[in-house]
Amino acid sequence: MLKQYSFEETAVQTFDEKTSLAMKTENLQVFYGANHAMHDADLAFPKNQITALIGASGSGKSTYLRSLNRMNDGIATVTGKIWYHNVDINEPTVNIYEIRRHIGMVFQRPNPFAKSIRENIVYALRANGLKNKAELEERVEKSLRGAALWDEVKDSLDKSALSLSGGQQQRLCIARSIAMEPDVLLLDEPCSALDPISTVKVEETLLELQKKYSIIIVTHNMQQAARVSSQCAFFHLGHVMEYTPTGTMFSNPQIPVTQDYIAGSFG
Amino acid sequence: MNAKRTDFLATVVINLIVATVVGILVFLLAYILISGLPHVSWSFLTGTTDAFSGAGGIGVQLFNSFYLLVLTMLISVPISLGAGIYLAEYAKDNWRTSLIRSAIEVLSSLPSVVVGLFGFLLFVVKFKIGFSVISGAIALTFFNLPLLTRNIEESLSAVSRSQREAGLSLGLSKWKTEIGIILPVALPGIVTGIVLSAGRVFGEAAALIYTAGQSAPVTNFGDWNPMDPASPLNPFRPAETLAVHIWKVNTEGLANNAAQLSAAASAVLIIAVLLFNLGARLLGNFLYRRVTASK
Ligand SMILES: Nc1ncnc2c1ncn2[C@@H]1O[C@H](COP(=O)(O)OP(=O)(O)O)[C@@H](O)[C@H]1O
Ligand SMILES: [Mg+2]
Repeated sequence: MLKQYSFEETAVQTFDEKTSLAMKTENLQVFYGANHAMHDADLAFPKNQITALIGASGSGKSTYLRSLNRMNDGIATVTGKIWYHNVDINEPTVNIYEIRRHIGMVFQRPNPFAKSIRENIVYALRANGLKNKAELEERVEKSLRGAALWDEVKDSLDKSALSLSGGQQQRLCIARSIAMEPDVLLLDEPCSALDPISTVKVEETLLELQKKYSIIIVTHNMQQAARVSSQCAFFHLGHVMEYTPTGTMFSNPQIPVTQDYIAGSFG
Repeated sequence: MNAKRTDFLATVVINLIVATVVGILVFLLAYILISGLPHVSWSFLTGTTDAFSGAGGIGVQLFNSFYLLVLTMLISVPISLGAGIYLAEYAKDNWRTSLIRSAIEVLSSLPSVVVGLFGFLLFVVKFKIGFSVISGAIALTFFNLPLLTRNIEESLSAVSRSQREAGLSLGLSKWKTEIGIILPVALPGIVTGIVLSAGRVFGEAAALIYTAGQSAPVTNFGDWNPMDPASPLNPFRPAETLAVHIWKVNTEGLANNAAQLSAAASAVLIIAVLLFNLGARLLGNFLYRRVTASK
């Protein structure tokens, strides 16, 4: 039996006016039919930093993350506010396709298209009206370099993306996202299907990418959260329990539930 | 019984079943080809039929079969593609969708002779189109749509959700995602479905007897203007197909070599279907390699 913790006792940091934020949610609630999967999430994400979302499986991390770029549309009911550049993008009138070009997403399982490596990157660009060949080529190189994949694939851009290894496929998915030049990048356990060496590569890539993008990464791997993130949010049964700088979260967790989770003596 | 023995027995039984199926197929093919092929000649393939006795060549019928097939596919593939995409991607899980699905199910279980009679009453009699290629093609479309729609829906649905999510997360519309990302992956399955239904259409007789008709007026193969009455492309002329011809020669043929004629025509029908299958399969694989850049 899972130990009972009070959902009242939380420690969620806020940021002062001076911190520029990439995104922010207020009272975010998510329902899958009658299943209330996310309660009152109030989180703010500073620009050009990596924020990690941690917590046990089923605690609502993916549910929360997918709400941020409206990927839960048609799957779940999301209420509350999602602020992005002073616009509440949870409004039904918002152009979700436009939003998703600004807020990119990388999924748990690498999901490159069954197309060539080049076509993986240019397909969506072209669909959005970028037709100039030279410019497309430039984006291919830039995004593959950004995802630290260029050197490995520069001679085989016309090969099927499915012929790449899992780690390469995941970096291709990252490249595909950043080719859209988003400003926020959402990653849902991007390394859970990868071997340790590929994981290190993806992590290095993320550390490099935070100079240009604001990154929110879900991970069930606490070492990973500790290695890459600046702040960390801990989710428990659909509640955000603690949100603190990563150093604090791992050395000095504020509330019993986080203490137990970090110590591995959970439930 | 231990697991190993069970496995062994199951393997034996399954292999036997497979062997039976393959055996029946090989026997059928061999029988039809051996009894028919000796009577197939160039003049048989290209010659015309004697309208009274049914003797003579099958050139016009062979052409009619292909023409009807192409016309049917031209009508039914776009419609079922639209319907399949709608059902796979857009249809909500509600009573309306289940009504559509049941309608498709019912349509697919209609006996083809009923579809043929319906086409006869509606197009041939009511709309006064007469026995014609177009009446036949529409009747065959009715008969073809449900299977093709279901096949396309299933092929599209079989493509992993994660591909759809990838498309949507890049800001692509549902439609763009479906057409540009999902459809190419589903293409080999769809082509296989089209091939299978083409085989059925090619061999269909019952739905055509009262729609495309049982006569194959001699047409002028030098005239390709579809508006001319004598043109083979004229969709309003009666067009007995190969399958209907086989049926007719067998039931009311007056030629003294009727058995040989129908055996030969059957062999040609089978070979045409086999060639068609093979060709479309190669095409499917080729298309797949082109769009997915795989080897
Ligand atoms: N598509 C869905 N439909 C219904 N319920 C879902 C769906 N996705 C997740 N859930 C439910 O929401 C809760 C949180 O799941 P999830 O966000 O996937 O957790 P995590 O990513 O932290 O493992 C779980 O109870 C899960 O069963
Ligand atoms: Mg998850």
